[in-house]
Amino acid sequence: MKASLEHLTERAAAEGLLDVAYATADSPFGSLLLATTPKGLVKVGLPDYDSEETLEDLAARVSPRVLEAPARLDDARRQLDLYFEGRLHEFDLPLDWQLSRGFRRRALRAIDRIPYGRTRNYTEIARSAGNERAVRAAGTACGSNPIPIVVPCHRVLRSSGGLGGYGGGLPMKEALLELERAEIH
Amino acid sequence: MTALPPFQALLDEHAADVMAVLRGAVGRADAEDCFQETFLAALRAYPMLSDDGNLRGWLLTIAYRKAIDHHRANGRRPTPIAEPDEMAGVTTEPEPDDGIWALVGALPPKQRAAVALRYACDLPHAEIAAALGCSPDAARRSLHEGIKRLRKELA
Repeated sequence: MKASLEHLTERAAAEGLLDVAYATADSPFGSLLLATTPKGLVKVGLPDYDSEETLEDLAARVSPRVLEAPARLDDARRQLDLYFEGRLHEFDLPLDWQLSRGFRRRALRAIDRIPYGRTRNYTEIARSAGNERAVRAAGTACGSNPIPIVVPCHRVLRSSGGLGGYGGGLPMKEALLELERAEIH
Repeated sequence: MTALPPFQALLDEHAADVMAVLRGAVGRADAEDCFQETFLAALRAYPMLSDDGNLRGWLLTIAYRKAIDHHRANGRRPTPIAEPDEMAGVTTEPEPDDGIWALVGALPPKQRAAVALRYACDLPHAEIAAALGCSPDAARRSLHEGIKRLRKELA
């Protein structure tokens, strides 16, 4: 049955019927859910989130043609492994931004440009996204980031230097910042 | 209607049943092809599906149609030289997890098709006859012989 299902997934992809491929990936923080469209990585589900709910959300917002297809995420999984080992500083993955719109998408694109091991504050992100006063909205954009880790919202802090928030929990945010600090020094 | 579940959920819940029904309907060797055709057709139509009330029934209906297509296509091919009883030997070995469908899969081809189309696909005799390219009486006979044999196996 496993071979039949793998064959089915391949044929679905070949016929353009695999709208969302997903797989799980191990991380030091627990299991991640990765999802890609033909355009690129669309979702990284952090360990604290319910995978089933995440997949239902993708079915509703992207397409119900959602299939488990680990091979389609080999590259993303490999790059994440290297990142967690401190051996990869910049992800080279096509991204699909369709789950974010407007100001949020602009804010996330600004976040995507923060270099490894560096941080910005919410005000700077708001400014890069085109509205310096929308600091709270910049915070919301971080909180709604569909592609965390790869789009490094953990590199955004409060202007006061405080950690701010993180979907995967503050210990995870702190650990990622620590990993990156260790690697650039 | 509620949102459609991820297609993977349909596979997780129903793929094994669809495969078992298809093995009964067309035999183990051809079930794989029909299985692929069934789920590709389902995947193609899925986003446009307006009624998610009975996804299992929807999938099985597609499987039945693929099984019928298969029998029709076979009906048009030249008749194999081997006698039905010789062919029965090369069809399938029953596997315990397939339950009754494994026994159905081990029936001679005509009986197997008739039983599967009648009970898995819920087709009337006339349609079974059309699918198999025989008369309704012949379809009825194949069905009858198949049932008799299953009863004996199960007794």
